[in-house]
Amino acid sequence: MTGPADRPRAEWPLYEVFVRGKRGLNHVHVGSLHATDDEMALRHARDVYTRRNEGVSIWVVRSDAVAASSPDEKDPLFAPAGDKVYRHPTFYAVADDVPHM
Amino acid sequence: MTDHDTPTPGASTSASTSHDHDADHGSVFDGLLGGDDSQWAFGTDFEDPLAGVDTTIPDGVDAAALASYCLMLGDDALVASHRLSQWASNAPDLEDDIALANVALDLLGQARLLLTRAAAADARLVPRLPEGSPVPPEDALAFFRDESAFRNVRLVEAENGDFAETVARLLVFSTYRLALLQRLAGSRDGVLSAIAVKGVKEVTYHRDYAGRWFLTLARGTAESRRRLVAGLDRVWPLRAELFRTHAVERTVAEQGVGVDPADVADEVDVLLEQVLSVSGIDRPEVPPTGTVGGGAGRDGRHTEAMGRLLAEMQVVARAHPSGRW
Amino acid sequence: MTVAPEVSPEQESELAAAFDATIARHDRIEPRDWMPEKYRATLVRQIAQHAHSEIIGMQPEGNWITRAPSLRRKAILLAKVQDEAGHGLYLYSACETLGVSRQELTERLISGQQKYSSIFNYPTLSYADVGTIGWLVDGAAIANQVPLCRTSYGPYGRSMIRICKEESFHQRQGYELLATMMRGTDEQRAMVQESVDRFWWPALMMFGPPDDDSPNTAQSMAWGIKRDTNDELRQKFVDMSVPQAERLGVTLPDPGLVWNAERGYHDFGQPDWDEFYAVVQGSGPCNAQRIAHRRRAHEEGAWVREAATAFAATQQVATQHDEARS
Repeated sequence: MTGPADRPRAEWPLYEVFVRGKRGLNHVHVGSLHATDDEMALRHARDVYTRRNEGVSIWVVRSDAVAASSPDEKDPLFAPAGDKVYRHPTFYAVADDVPHM
Repeated sequence: MTDHDTPTPGASTSASTSHDHDADHGSVFDGLLGGDDSQWAFGTDFEDPLAGVDTTIPDGVDAAALASYCLMLGDDALVASHRLSQWASNAPDLEDDIALANVALDLLGQARLLLTRAAAADARLVPRLPEGSPVPPEDALAFFRDESAFRNVRLVEAENGDFAETVARLLVFSTYRLALLQRLAGSRDGVLSAIAVKGVKEVTYHRDYAGRWFLTLARGTAESRRRLVAGLDRVWPLRAELFRTHAVERTVAEQGVGVDPADVADEVDVLLEQVLSVSGIDRPEVPPTGTVGGGAGRDGRHTEAMGRLLAEMQVVARAHPSGRW
Repeated sequence: MTVAPEVSPEQESELAAAFDATIARHDRIEPRDWMPEKYRATLVRQIAQHAHSEIIGMQPEGNWITRAPSLRRKAILLAKVQDEAGHGLYLYSACETLGVSRQELTERLISGQQKYSSIFNYPTLSYADVGTIGWLVDGAAIANQVPLCRTSYGPYGRSMIRICKEESFHQRQGYELLATMMRGTDEQRAMVQESVDRFWWPALMMFGPPDDDSPNTAQSMAWGIKRDTNDELRQKFVDMSVPQAERLGVTLPDPGLVWNAERGYHDFGQPDWDEFYAVVQGSGPCNAQRIAHRRRAHEEGAWVREAATAFAATQQVATQHDEARS
């Protein structure tokens, strides 16, 4: 497996997508996707998450820009990175000797 | 955060393919959502673009010309959709795989409405099938016409090439088609008008998609720029044909149901020039693709790629002229 | 590579107790929760395999998009293959909450380190296969997936809900295509039967080896990642499919398939498990082709992805210049 150092080309950043399904409702988190910038993220969100004519309104936000507090989720170990919802992608090294990985 | 009120690409998809998600008939999925759908933002149903539209042919309109004209616009969409659909599982990333499929589905939806309108306006255009064949007119037109009866422009026929060439072609095609559809929205034919109104929303998105990728590839890396220039050089010669006025187009334009493509040439040129200039790409200096004995796609004279495209598209349907699908 | 902070044994056992309590309450584990490394590894493996199956699964059906025999069927098929891209994307996203990027997962797929459902290593040889895949393969997938909507890992369960919601049309369109063809010509009916003959046994294999030979099942069930055993799901699928086949008018190619009134279930034959293991090990009819296709698409797309990254960087610089000037 190639290590991060062999891969200078960074993957497109991860974005979180929020859709308001109908007027009068809140935006809800529907999932995430990759895009290079906000504009592309919106276009992708429209294609990926509203391709069924869904969604009156879409918000996108870079995953690493989400500040989060969730006392119920037990993550004391992960401070200072704990204020990010998604600690990706390098936190978890899958060892090469795990079978079928 | 960026907020965006969205029009809806791919909406045609489901109007015509009955994804009636909200009608799960006592399925295994019942109860998964805990009774409150709204938290999932699954969205809403689709509308029939022709609901309540008067389908009679307006007075003073040459029905045969109207039918041929519908074939032209329908075949453009059908063949362009065919090529775009070949990107499925081949796109640079999943997001663009989905986006290209949306464009292909939109165009396929337009093709179906237009071929159906063509058949309704002049049944003589529809190939004859064995007695009792259940094949509907749109499929008889798509799958049982020979190459020379297809009326699409040659621009949409060629193999896709790489992503850059696909983007260049989609930019030219969608700019042209959007200009046509915008005017066609005012057609005296209620059906064509309704198809155009729906199509304008869709193709606006296609043009935006292609334009943004055009700019991105032009200003991305040296490699992407090189590929874009090469792709544009291959697409550009087929641009001139788009604005040749065919006799059918002249007739339908005069009768207030269609658009003379020559009338949109300047507008399309200005728009393309804008994209080229923002992207810092020179207008290609390549001669236009010549005609065949004075005829081109609208006359049924195509490129060599067309025969193979149709052979593939029609092979199953033609093997079962009385088949039910 | 970031290294997780050291955890003292006392802290670890406290965290493990909280994790176990959450599982015992049938509550969901969320991304920021502590979790045992094996739970995380099992999830990554399972979600990735599931995502890869969606993405590789685009190919056998995509094979027929350009040849679909009616425009309506073409639209349905294209929308379906598009859904599969979307489902793969949702699942890769769920996996990213566990700290593994889509790019890494894609690399593991095309290097053969991670698997996908073996069913997609069989070819699609007629248009009827589009229907059979919808009916039997999606049917089997749904039987596997519906319980996963209640899986213990929150992001996985939520992805599955979205997927199942969309998937409901897949199975129906497949069955409807076959039913329509059965009302068509004799050639079409023969085409349907031939297709069902080819896909029935591979569909049964989709539930995995018999429970006795499935070493991971027990732990996965204890963790609430998996909710039914392979054999339970397979039985359910057979019982579901038999009346559907009767309505359709096709014969399922298993002479041992009979109703057992005593058990209240159908008895049925076992698939050829040697074939199953051979396909898993890479010698199915299409293994090499499927991976090569995915690899080619990924590699041919590299310059496009790089261009977009480079372009976004120039835009950021431009924005910063603007801000500096204003």
